Amino acid sequence: MSADSSTAPRLQVDTPPPDDLLTSRPVIRSRHPWRWVATAVVLVLAVQLGHGLISNPFYQWDRFRFWFTQAPILEGLLLTLEVAAWSAVLGLLGGVVLALMRLSGVALLQAVSWTYIWIFRAVPLIVLLLFLFNFSALYPQLSIGIPFGPAFSGIDTTDLLGYTVIGVIGLSLNEAAYAAEVVRAGLASVDQGQHEAANALGLSRARQFRRIVLPQAQRAIVPAYVNQLVGLIKASSLVSYVSLLDLFGTVQTLGATFPGDIVPLLLVATVWYVILTSVLSVVQYYVERYYARGSQRTVPPTPFQRLRTVTRKRFA
Amino acid sequence: MNGKTAVEIRGATKSFGTHRVLDGIDLDIRAGQVAAVIGPSGAGKSTLLRTINHLDQLDLGYVKVLGELIGVREHRGRLHELGDRAIRQQRSRIGFVFQNFNLFPHLTILENVTEAPRAHRRPTPEKRALELLEKVGIAEKAHAYPRQLSGGQQQRAAIARALALEPELILFDEPTSALDPELVGEVLAVIKELARTGTTLVIVTHEIAFAREVADLVFFLDGGRLIEHGPAADVIDNPQHPRTREFIGKVL
Repeated sequence: MSADSSTAPRLQVDTPPPDDLLTSRPVIRSRHPWRWVATAVVLVLAVQLGHGLISNPFYQWDRFRFWFTQAPILEGLLLTLEVAAWSAVLGLLGGVVLALMRLSGVALLQAVSWTYIWIFRAVPLIVLLLFLFNFSALYPQLSIGIPFGPAFSGIDTTDLLGYTVIGVIGLSLNEAAYAAEVVRAGLASVDQGQHEAANALGLSRARQFRRIVLPQAQRAIVPAYVNQLVGLIKASSLVSYVSLLDLFGTVQTLGATFPGDIVPLLLVATVWYVILTSVLSVVQYYVERYYARGSQRTVPPTPFQRLRTVTRKRFA
Repeated sequence: MNGKTAVEIRGATKSFGTHRVLDGIDLDIRAGQVAAVIGPSGAGKSTLLRTINHLDQLDLGYVKVLGELIGVREHRGRLHELGDRAIRQQRSRIGFVFQNFNLFPHLTILENVTEAPRAHRRPTPEKRALELLEKVGIAEKAHAYPRQLSGGQQQRAAIARALALEPELILFDEPTSALDPELVGEVLAVIKELARTGTTLVIVTHEIAFAREVADLVFFLDGGRLIEHGPAADVIDNPQHPRTREFIGKVL
């Protein structure tokens, strides 16, 4: 630019000559002093908070270190993972089925799906869990036979349903209702033209769903469903109310036995829950990236790729 | 040009709610002919085209492609809609090119073209797809995603996708209407090349000059009725019906 302006012919002699300095120096951006003030204030508060966390004896960080990897805690963590993972998978499967029923165009299926979602979103999870916990009292036997007719064989529900299974069923029933809405929104976000193009090519309905519609719907489904999963991991702590020693249940039980350590124990649970959700966020980032292929002209680099480029430049 | 009828439409009638989009249309297109369907917006051109591969369903009347009823079968003097599988089979013989391309954005251009041949278990889908991409002039874009292509390139990819099942008939729904003016030519060139190979083409278009040049037949629709039809040169250069005259006068 500046090179051009120096060789460009001057227009008129009697107007003041264009100031070369003005055209050759970059424009100075306006300053935002209040942003600096806000930064400073927040920084001071953050440091204060961090210092308080570390130095306040109330938190008993040495006890935290002691408890963090104790066997009961890790067993509880494992149970939390197990219950959450099963519920995530079963909930999603149930959600897909419910969403497809809702979109099926068959009035009865739509009504059933709608009613299911209506009820299971309305019932608090803790109520549902306690209800299931008492299920064996309500239906002592589950039997196979003619509907409303005689039974051929039956088993005791208490044999069939361990507490873990009850926990998983409760969470899955609840999760499916929410997942159904997430999946339905995702499927609805796929452009009508995609269905038409797939139809015009004579693709079967199953193939259309698997190859064309679902992969595109995933872009909308994944972030919303991971959000659900974060909620699910935390909601899984409610299974401690049906006698399960998950992470939270373990912490509570240990807290009852070692009342002095209740704060560090709660911190242990907190940090583990934070770790679980963080791992989920990382997974989410890469899954979203995978489903975003084709949606942008170029895919932005991952943080690791960016780091590598920076370090390579630094040390080259 | 042989005398076999590629497309036969009789009494095509369809309403959306109380609005009658198609009002008793009869037309015939012989195999190997290129037919252009023209007319003002809302005339029913696209709907008519979409009934030819059963994307839209007729209320009355029928469509036959190469002698076969499309989307329906006759039983005791009535037409009954076919099941999904039979309709899929029929659609695999009819290519369709959309105004907005409707390429699958999450698949590469090559995957877009091979999707239907794979679904229908045709041999060597990839080799065939690359030949088709070569033919429409975007072989070098085989591994790009649709959004990385210009509109003209995307529409050419969509044409390659429609050709992948080697259809006997190809339907074009305003194939250049979504394109920037400078990109229209490259798509029309591909269609012109197809016309030369003897595939039957039905093209809904606003490109009157193109219709005049490439089409054997022109059908002028207005208000869901076929107002005038005949050889392209006759209808466009010397329209008989006052509405055709008015329309051609406006757009040429």
